Amino acid sequence: MSGVRVLVGTRKGAFVLTSDGKREKWQVDGPHFAGWEVYHVKGSPADPDRLYASQNTAWFGQLIQRSDDGGRTWTPVGKDFVYASETGTHLWYDGTPHPWEFARVWHLEPSPSDPDTVYAGVEDAALFKTEDGGNTWSELPALRTHPSAGNWMPGAGGMCLHTIILDRDGSGRMIAAISAAGTFRSDDGGASWRPINNGLVSEQIPDPRAEVGHCVHHIAAHPLRPDVLFMQKHWDVMRSDDGGESWTEVSGNLPSDFGFPIDVHAHEPETIYVVPIKSDSEHYPPDGKLRVYRSRSGGNDWEPLTEGLPQANCYVNVLRDAMCIDSLDPCGVYFGTTGGQVYASANAGDSWAPIVRDLPAVLSVEVQTLP
Amino acid sequence: MIRVVLPQHLRRLADVGREVQLEVEGAATQRSVLDALETRYPVLRGTIRDPATKKRRDLIRFFACEEDLSNEEPDSPLPEEVARGDEPLLIVGAMAGG
Repeated sequence: MSGVRVLVGTRKGAFVLTSDGKREKWQVDGPHFAGWEVYHVKGSPADPDRLYASQNTAWFGQLIQRSDDGGRTWTPVGKDFVYASETGTHLWYDGTPHPWEFARVWHLEPSPSDPDTVYAGVEDAALFKTEDGGNTWSELPALRTHPSAGNWMPGAGGMCLHTIILDRDGSGRMIAAISAAGTFRSDDGGASWRPINNGLVSEQIPDPRAEVGHCVHHIAAHPLRPDVLFMQKHWDVMRSDDGGESWTEVSGNLPSDFGFPIDVHAHEPETIYVVPIKSDSEHYPPDGKLRVYRSRSGGNDWEPLTEGLPQANCYVNVLRDAMCIDSLDPCGVYFGTTGGQVYASANAGDSWAPIVRDLPAVLSVEVQTLP
Repeated sequence: MIRVVLPQHLRRLADVGREVQLEVEGAATQRSVLDALETRYPVLRGTIRDPATKKRRDLIRFFACEEDLSNEEPDSPLPEEVARGDEPLLIVGAMAGG
């Protein structure tokens, strides 16, 4: 029987949650890397036993861990993330120039076809790649050295490259998103990049329609429709039907269009999920009700999903990499909160139950659908 | 033999106990002791000092003989008690909560 493995990164370690295809009973394994911040854990689509984790503290710096047995054991691999060329400055919160400094790895995106190839999005924003299973990392510097980079600035969490979408057909197309710079697209495997932010409107920057400077929180795409992109921006839920060339707002009837994660149903490419958050200064759900919103029309028309979720006195947040979807039928939807709960729905969001309730603050949730 | 006490996170990472003992070539200094430590436990490279500049990480402190040596020059001799192995060099994570 098929099953799922949910990979959870938290403020104080990583956890591996496993279940069979029913997704009712769970085994909880962890903490791995106890006491360290684990921003992201992700498995290779080409080899489900190959996992990568980003482990960091302000005290001891950055580590990358690799597992070759589905998360039972881990080995530290390469951790040298050295910018490939001289670093300039970006804008600081007050608009003054600030030197580019490596802080941490936010996101690990394994290649769809090669377990040894992984892309890493880091803070301060840059894109790195390994082709030897994480032992060595090299920067793809064209993104960090884009002519607009001097005008990028950090979001509240830092100036992070947090979203990497890889092509699955060998076309060389990549999408990357940076807070707060915006979305960038490469059509040559990362050798060159251009901003794709036409249609984004952000009142928090001097020119709300500027080419860069937008605080994009997350982007998702269905693997079979790479031209259709869904974005949760600082404010506004957006979609693009032309690979990011233009964006239109699809916030519709959401109670708030601020939020962090966004994801796409495994089998219905027009069904998408967000978790509305009240505002950028109040990082908790509106009215103290934790509601996932689902649109079956690719946006604009949203329905709240509440069964099994707290509907009173709930003031947690759900961070940008903390929602994911398995590919079983019906697909499972998972998300983790800053209050340490990881919720699962085995019926595409119709009802929810916590897998665990009391983990450290959840930073990321990924799921592997196992054969 | 130089004695070094590591913080808990680094003990677990290097899979060692509270204290490690190191043979150090030449004079016992912060630099020579950390060089020896990183040679023996490569996983610790970068966790105590920057791997390129060798500058101490901001939230790491070095104590010995009830003195704070964090801001001593890397090539300054460590206290004689540390060089003799009578006292350990303590590598400490700054008391900054978290």
